[in-house]
Amino acid sequence: MHIEIDEISKQFGTTAALTPVSLAIPSGALVALLGPSGSGKTTLLRILGGLEFPTSGRVLFDGQDATGLTVQERRAGFVFQSYALFRHMTVFENIAYGLNARPRASRPPKAEIARRVTKLLELIQLPDIGSRYPSQLSGGQRQRVALARALAIEPRMLLLDEPFGALDAKVRKELRQGLRDIHDETGLTTVFVTHDQDEAMELADLVVVMSGSVTGGRIEQIGKPSDIRARPASAFVRDFIGA
Amino acid sequence: MSDASLTKFRSAREETPLARYALIAVAVLGLGVLVAAPLIAVFVEALAQGWLAAVASLGNHDAASAIKLTLLIAGVSVPLNAAFGIAAAWFITKFDFRGKAFLITLIDLPFSVSPVVAGLCIVLMFGTNSLVGGWLVASGYPIVFALPGIVLATMFVTFPFVARELIPVMIEQGRAEEEAALTLGASGWRTFWTVTLPNIRWALLYGVLLCNARAMGEFGAVAVVSGKIRGQTATMPITIEMLYNEYLSVAAFSMAAVLTLLALVTLMLKTALEIRHADALAATHRH
Repeated sequence: MHIEIDEISKQFGTTAALTPVSLAIPSGALVALLGPSGSGKTTLLRILGGLEFPTSGRVLFDGQDATGLTVQERRAGFVFQSYALFRHMTVFENIAYGLNARPRASRPPKAEIARRVTKLLELIQLPDIGSRYPSQLSGGQRQRVALARALAIEPRMLLLDEPFGALDAKVRKELRQGLRDIHDETGLTTVFVTHDQDEAMELADLVVVMSGSVTGGRIEQIGKPSDIRARPASAFVRDFIGA
Repeated sequence: MSDASLTKFRSAREETPLARYALIAVAVLGLGVLVAAPLIAVFVEALAQGWLAAVASLGNHDAASAIKLTLLIAGVSVPLNAAFGIAAAWFITKFDFRGKAFLITLIDLPFSVSPVVAGLCIVLMFGTNSLVGGWLVASGYPIVFALPGIVLATMFVTFPFVARELIPVMIEQGRAEEEAALTLGASGWRTFWTVTLPNIRWALLYGVLLCNARAMGEFGAVAVVSGKIRGQTATMPITIEMLYNEYLSVAAFSMAAVLTLLALVTLMLKTALEIRHADALAATHRH
């Protein structure tokens, strides 16, 4: 799905989180929102997912105005920073949650839900953990379960907030490739937030470098990783990516 | 030799045996004098003239009415306060708004106000001499010296228990799980029933039990609003006081023993639930 962000700004009370920013994300792209804390990248991601509403500006999905759509109507697969798995449910129940939450008319039958959950567990290469609870999983496993849970609703896009933030370096590398594979397999437009420039450069097709200031977060540069490395648009970008 | 030198080193968290025994003795003594002894005394006094006398003292109409009234009050005010407490805790922890600190203070108010003052406030608000109260009495729905007043007073006094238990738990758990449920397409209502409520159920249970214990035992506020009408508005604690003042020691202590037993039953219920759901309890806390 093609996503267009048109002059979006966000105020929290008297604090400005985002100055008007505009961004076009081509369908099927894997995009990194890269920046230090306070640059508004998570706010922008949450606005896309419908968890925050912009103070001004519009969001367009495939050319249609989606600014007023509720979080449920957005159908965005959202992976939270701490994964936010339902702690009182098994992995199976976690992944099935979105399908069970559908209105009766469009809810798949039980057997079909079980089949899809099994398939997703295979996709994340953890076929045997369906009956475990989140507290019994490692950090990397939790992250993959969160990804499977987001994919279960057949989302129109995938949004990930610091998906590798809480993991150690080795697991992080593995899961990076895992995300790339899942993106390539599903073809979903994917946006992830990170403050790690290596991660953004290595994984993304398109990198959006953001910076923060008292007037709110802003976009410094949008480009392919190679272009950003070769031609940083500002002193901030040059400094931040260490080029 | 090496053994002897090893024993010289104690773990940093370990005290000398003398200090340990002294601490245990103080704890046991304190618990015995403050908790166990009064509890035993209540039952000893109740049974001073034998089982039959104790049971007979509970058999009359006034005693039965007091027990029924107390159970009715707890049955009405505890579910209502549980609902209000959940709503208040939800509002305070899941939303940002101005005046949040003020609202939390307001919820705590019943803890800091004397129950007698709370009772007087209700009399002033709904008594026959007030505008509202006069109209209600004229319409045949008196509040003060009747069941509604006692329920109101009990609810005021026990209001903070559920919210106080829930707020820290809900703050600690954050909003992420609810947000995740919403992004997965669940409605707010479904999110509440399938995500929020299961996560807070233990805190809710503790809150409800504390609320229930206090609702059954409340004296001060109820004493002011009930009018202490025997067989009509006298709750168990009020009845105990009246019987005691009339030197009906067996009757007073028998009633007290019943009230104590009710409290012990709720405690045992809580423990039984904890044992049965030990796994779930551990899973939600180990995170």
